[in-house]
Amino acid sequence: MNSSLLFFVLLGLTLFSYWFGVQRSLKVAGGAEHKKELTSLPQQFGLLTAMVCGLPALITLLIFNSAEQIIVEQLLISTLPANIQSLSSVDIGLYLNNIHAMASSESATNLLQGSGISSDNYVQTQYQAAFTLQELNQQASWLKTALVLIIACVSVTVLVRKFSLTYQARQKSESIILALLVASSAVAILTTIGIIISVLFESIHFFKSVSPVEFMFGTQWSPQTAMRVDQVGGSGSFGAIPLFAGTMLITFIAMLLAVPVGLMIAIYLSQYASAKLRAFAKPMLEILAGIPTVVYGFFAALTVAPVIRNFGESLGLSVASESALAAGLVMGTMIIPFVSSLSEDAISAVPNSLKEASFGMGATKSETVLKVLLPAALPGIVGAILLAVSRAIGETMIVVMAAGMAANLTANPLDSVTTVTVQIVTLLTGDQEFDSPKTLAAFALGLMLFITTLGLNVLALKVVRKYREQYD
Amino acid sequence: MTKISKNSTVDSTNTNSALSTTEKVSLSLKKRHRKEKRFKRIGLFSVLFGFLLVVTLIGDITSKALPAFHQHWVKLEVNYQASWLNIDESTAQSLSAKQMKTANYRNVLKKSLYQMFPEVSGRKDKRQLAKLFSSNAEFTLKDNLIAAPLLFDKQTQIWVRLDDDVDSYLKEEFPLGEAGLRISQKQAQWVAQLIASERIESRFNFSFFTASDSREPELAGIKGALMGTILTMFVTLLLSFPLGVAGALYLEEFAPKNRFTDFIEININNLAAVPSIVFGLLGLAVIINLFGLPRSAPLVGGIVLTLMTLPTIIIASRAAIKAVPPSIREAALGLGASKMQVTFSHVLPQAMPGIITGAIIGVAQALGETAPLLMIGMVAFIVDVPTSIVDSATVLPVQIFLWADSPERAFLAKTSAAILVLLSLLMVINLSATMLRSKFEKK
Repeated sequence: MNSSLLFFVLLGLTLFSYWFGVQRSLKVAGGAEHKKELTSLPQQFGLLTAMVCGLPALITLLIFNSAEQIIVEQLLISTLPANIQSLSSVDIGLYLNNIHAMASSESATNLLQGSGISSDNYVQTQYQAAFTLQELNQQASWLKTALVLIIACVSVTVLVRKFSLTYQARQKSESIILALLVASSAVAILTTIGIIISVLFESIHFFKSVSPVEFMFGTQWSPQTAMRVDQVGGSGSFGAIPLFAGTMLITFIAMLLAVPVGLMIAIYLSQYASAKLRAFAKPMLEILAGIPTVVYGFFAALTVAPVIRNFGESLGLSVASESALAAGLVMGTMIIPFVSSLSEDAISAVPNSLKEASFGMGATKSETVLKVLLPAALPGIVGAILLAVSRAIGETMIVVMAAGMAANLTANPLDSVTTVTVQIVTLLTGDQEFDSPKTLAAFALGLMLFITTLGLNVLALKVVRKYREQYD
Repeated sequence: MTKISKNSTVDSTNTNSALSTTEKVSLSLKKRHRKEKRFKRIGLFSVLFGFLLVVTLIGDITSKALPAFHQHWVKLEVNYQASWLNIDESTAQSLSAKQMKTANYRNVLKKSLYQMFPEVSGRKDKRQLAKLFSSNAEFTLKDNLIAAPLLFDKQTQIWVRLDDDVDSYLKEEFPLGEAGLRISQKQAQWVAQLIASERIESRFNFSFFTASDSREPELAGIKGALMGTILTMFVTLLLSFPLGVAGALYLEEFAPKNRFTDFIEININNLAAVPSIVFGLLGLAVIINLFGLPRSAPLVGGIVLTLMTLPTIIIASRAAIKAVPPSIREAALGLGASKMQVTFSHVLPQAMPGIITGAIIGVAQALGETAPLLMIGMVAFIVDVPTSIVDSATVLPVQIFLWADSPERAFLAKTSAAILVLLSLLMVINLSATMLRSKFEKK
């Protein structure tokens, strides 16, 4: 049986064991009319039986599935002749891919015939290996089916034998549910650990071939490693400073647009606007936040960039077709609602008494806003800006589509720059070997990105926490 | 003014030389009010600027998208001559299915075209003429003959698609018979001839919704990407909803206040702010390379998006659970229900509308996500419509990214149209969330 069929069989079995558990508990009680004598309700017996049937078997199935391929592959390699086993890991990978393709496309009899007919030794072993693979797969599949079904049946049998009038089915099932709830909330921890492991381990691999100092402070970025020794231009240098500078430049441009506009929108909507305008404007601006970033990327690359270039050229400036300015402005547009809604929260969190006191002293509204509300809301606003910066640094699609690939170290917004996220995408899309410095560099960049955004978030939280309680 | 002068007499003792405070204030009032007005105006302009951005963005994309929804077709005089089809006259009486499938329809198309344009001669011109029609035209001829075998060896009229270059040329309304875009002078004249004989017609582009991706813009559609999106979202919802609700229930209802709980909370809040591309790295390194799940599959995409949207759903669900009045819990507890029974039969149903709203917002976020899916290989050119969660697939935002990168002019409109489809999907989803929320709030 394949895994999905097995899954559905298991599901059916679980439903059946619910019914079975209910029936068994009634039998223990001595018929439906005596069910009050049970410590728990029959449904609770059923629920417990169903969980005991389904959960261990499901966990087995998942573990088996994730380990199956690796084990089968190892077994297969051990049956291969020595000259193939001694190949490099990449070549063995290719060889195995071939065999996998053969095994999935040909029938077993064809493979056997093939190995008999062919005189070529190499082809013959391939046919044989494909046949072995099919057999191994079949055995694994049988083993899996048997294991899962046996575990399901055995655990149900063991459980129902323990059923008695005083059996605490409810408490047992509830503790299982609680364990499931804990496990679900721990997924967040697992995800964080997974992220750290994936970026950290690959980065450590990377730093074995490229020194961290060169990576952090080098000013040359050209990740194309040479295929041949004598190849021109394939130096493969990994100095990430141009990427950091590019990211900073685009983020700065974005902030230059988003912070003043977002802040003024927040002030106007919270202090001046009528309820009607607010009700209309807030969802309208939320649209900007809801638009997928790929749409912004398209807009930046095909509408904003040409406009900026034409405008710049009419002034006699030379503008790159993928200028940092276009990407930055569009990114700023994306971030406006983010800044405005967070700042508005911060402004409206300022106690009314401060505002009223200011009005009482004869200050105008704008004076109250600038001299009382904004200073009081400053920690919240700074926090919002920090979060917005972190968002801009991690933004990918806009820069992938509208910023360039060229790692220029420049502060000219009309030039083309590249960013950390752009390079991660370029290095990892397309087919590459997984362990070349080129792909590993993407993980090192990912690590930098993760640390930076995490740091900004923690900082934002700290700023807000530290100064918030002043007026409460 | 009278009021001020009265005031100034009161404290005139110390303001003989300088102006009194009140006078200073009154003098500065005008300036201050001007400042106030200016400040207010800047605020209003900012809001209007925000509106302008929304309108520009949507308007620009809509105007670019409109051409993609119709397409030009051309009526050809096609002659299914046996010799052109490369079918022997003698076997023509009992035409087998295989013969019909393998016949030379390209030849039929070419010869029919030369018949329609007898003045065209020379290899270069002939090639230019053939380029006016979609590369799919020969298959249209084939499907036609197989559907109506009686047409064999007869002359008939068949509608085929024009090539995307001609299509764009016609949509941009160049003066008839003049070169433009990638259409040469000669080709333009032939097109003008076709228009004059009323053979060209603009139709609604159904194939945009029923076809998969293609290298030929006139044939490309979003069905494959749409299916991929549906499958990916299915996996995402199936995983993130139960996990998110269970996690939120634990944290709100059961979790003791200890360091473990705090640690989980910190993790959730931080994950909500991790850039989406980092989740893509996680998917690539752990889910694909470590666990060996297939690349480019909606299953992997769904798992990655689940991890990404989980914080959103947990945070929203917690808010909804927190909003359930404690009296409900206490009433149930007082009647002897266990904590678990209270949670699942009283708190959860009460919090459900809020939780569903949160889940919808999470899915809307996942629906527009592109970057992590690029990392796990959902960026490949895929012609087949995926049917299961382990097939290779792509999703709508990635399709938009791929098309936006294509050099053909016609893909510009296709991209915008795909964006419109994506935005309308998002709008429907968000509207349903808003409606649910307002219904919930009225209670």
